[in-house]
Amino acid sequence: MSNSPRERLSVLRTRFSQGGGVNDAALLLVTMLALWVLFAAVGMYLQYDTAGVLGTVVNMTFLVAVYALAVLALNLQWGYAGLFNIGVAGFMAVGAYSVGILSGDPGGTPAGFGLPLPIGILGAMLIAALVGLVAAFPALRLRADYLAIATVAMSEIIRTTLLARPFAEITGAGQGFRNFPSNPARTLYYENPGDVTSEPNAIGEAVFGVFESLGVARTNLVVDLTYALLLLVIVGIVYVLSRRTGNSPFGRVLKAIREDELVAESLGKDTRLFKIKIFMLGCALMGLAGALWQGLGNQSVNPTTNFLPVLTFYIFIALIVGGSGSNTGSVLGGAVFAALLFLLPTYISNIVSTFNLTLPRPNSAVEAVTPLFSADPMPLVGFVVANIDSMRFIIIGVLLVWLMQNRPDGLLGHRKEVASSVDLMQRDRKRGQTAATDGGRSQGGESDE
Amino acid sequence: MSDTEERQAAPDGTDADHEEPGTADSAVEEAAKSTPRGIPLRVQNLRKEFGGITAVADASFHVEAGSLTGLIGPNGAGKSTTFNCIAGVHRPTAGKVYFQGEDITGLRPEQVANKGLVRTFQIAREMEDMTVLENMMLAPRGQVGESLAYSVLPGLRDQVVTQEEDLRERAWETLEFFEIDHLAGDYAGSLSGGQRKLLEMARVLMTDPEMVLLDEPLAGVNPTLEKKLLERVHELRDQGLTFLLVEHDMDIIMNHCEHIIVMHQGKVLAEGGAEDIRNDDRVIDAYLGETL
Ligand SMILES: Nc1ncnc2c1ncn2[C@@H]1O[C@H](COP(=O)(O)OP(=O)(O)O)[C@@H](O)[C@H]1O
Ligand SMILES: [Mg+2]
Repeated sequence: MSNSPRERLSVLRTRFSQGGGVNDAALLLVTMLALWVLFAAVGMYLQYDTAGVLGTVVNMTFLVAVYALAVLALNLQWGYAGLFNIGVAGFMAVGAYSVGILSGDPGGTPAGFGLPLPIGILGAMLIAALVGLVAAFPALRLRADYLAIATVAMSEIIRTTLLARPFAEITGAGQGFRNFPSNPARTLYYENPGDVTSEPNAIGEAVFGVFESLGVARTNLVVDLTYALLLLVIVGIVYVLSRRTGNSPFGRVLKAIREDELVAESLGKDTRLFKIKIFMLGCALMGLAGALWQGLGNQSVNPTTNFLPVLTFYIFIALIVGGSGSNTGSVLGGAVFAALLFLLPTYISNIVSTFNLTLPRPNSAVEAVTPLFSADPMPLVGFVVANIDSMRFIIIGVLLVWLMQNRPDGLLGHRKEVASSVDLMQRDRKRGQTAATDGGRSQGGESDE
Repeated sequence: MSDTEERQAAPDGTDADHEEPGTADSAVEEAAKSTPRGIPLRVQNLRKEFGGITAVADASFHVEAGSLTGLIGPNGAGKSTTFNCIAGVHRPTAGKVYFQGEDITGLRPEQVANKGLVRTFQIAREMEDMTVLENMMLAPRGQVGESLAYSVLPGLRDQVVTQEEDLRERAWETLEFFEIDHLAGDYAGSLSGGQRKLLEMARVLMTDPEMVLLDEPLAGVNPTLEKKLLERVHELRDQGLTFLLVEHDMDIIMNHCEHIIVMHQGKVLAEGGAEDIRNDDRVIDAYLGETL
């Protein structure tokens, strides 16, 4: 019905963002492939053996997947409903410890309940959601800033509680917690997955055999690879469900809450209920991320080094990089952050050393920067390479500044997915006509009330 | 638009009520608590204080079913505050608000809206990062897909899709009615001030209201759009919708509203038809200096 080029463009644009599921999935797949190629290339460049190259790739895949999970969860809360949860790390801690305590070996220390893993994982999600409810319930009824304070406080309370001596028999306190159930990939391949010396089962024999013939003798690596791929599948499922959540009448109300809560209320939406639901769902997914990442993935947590507020900060950065409000952007941001900003810099000093440069090693930033005035960048380069771990923060900071100025809406740009279960631009006049013949306001004119 | 009646009967059949215009008479005055259906909105001794300021001082008035009632008064008279008290944004300090015979005093905004009493805002409040159609689709009441399980789980989701398809057509028809369907895919933030007012009206209609409170819908709207908006209001009124219209401009109220309530310093100064108001000495005094 509309034919001007401008209108057609607007139709196309909306259709792309609405029905763009295929395009988006393709984009994510291509990104993942590109990262695999890049990390394999890094491994090969550094002349690692086959197992080493595979290890580099597997390590990256794992981190990409767990970041994507956490970022998707945060996007539901912050991207959609504008709920500022700065206690992400705390909810992840709840998930990790819960799965350990629920499904850990009853004979280990601290003892677990030995429940089946699926129950442990669901329980971890449920507990994280309930902790979220406790943190948010008073705050959600007040103004938005209270939620930020409540969540960051909750996150630190959780961490200090996990460190507290009186709970050492449950949490391990300062010793950390290691009594996690084996991850499902290990269970798949071993007779007795809980035992490090266990013999592989029939599936394990077969799969390990294949990898051995390819030059990968380390069975642990095969397990890690399997687990990382399993995580990617879980990311895929959560991604699809998040998309559906966002692209639905439910997601529409969330978006409206983010935009203008009073309007949503004035249109009859009980916004408090929506906020509590999405907050709990987000926390449950953060719990899942913690359970799969630090719990089943790392098999070891310690509140002195894990679940620090900086983890929340990283997850926010990843979401901002990808584009808050977009599920595709969340996965993309998680991948880019984990692979390129977090992991890649750790390989840089190794790569630089292959150039056989004799880089000066200045002892301080001043010594590194002063030679710049005499046009000698080498001390600075040497300084950056030697301190790459701390430089990461500066790199991230610079990237953020660049993003704010050039792509304030994240890598995908202004790509808010239209919140609807159907393509809104695609009219279906038939529905209107049948309804109209039944007598409607604009039809009959006279009201038959 | 065309299937409003039907929609209303379907999802929330309990809400469908049968108004018989003209039942309002003097006997109504006695039965304050059980307001007859003929008078959907009754405000009694409404009072709202902000600290020391009394924004609304014991205002009482009613609005008849199917009418286009005007609420005027100089700036600061307490019109918006009255609206906010009716709509549940403010809790009144004292007084009662009845809607269709039910005491709705102090209910939350969404509870008031879900009774079929929906308001617009003096400054159009669009969801800027949502498209025009998203804005429209947000409004309808009783959407199955607002349940998280229904919008996500495979078996249940089909119902959501069906309802979405119905609502989508209704959204398009309503946009056509207001002649802004060419903007359907645009972000609401890119609309002009007047277009936003039209969108806000259209969005309110999507909730299938019994009665609409319009807070200065014509402020900052150019004359062409103003005419269009008023025509639409009349058309909808003819179809049985009740309107309470706040407007600063006397002429518009005089020419369009059959019943007029004049507020001044938080009180109801006068009530009646355009002629009564025009000749009311107190109104002339209150508006002294302004042209009637
Ligand atoms: N939230 C508020 N806090 C304090 N005073 C308010 C508030 N809202 C309105 N007022 C005061 O109440 C009076 C009536 O305002 P308002 O209802 O907006 O008038 P109108 O809409 O008729 O122009 C004004 O004196 C205004 O300053
Ligand atoms: Mg006002």
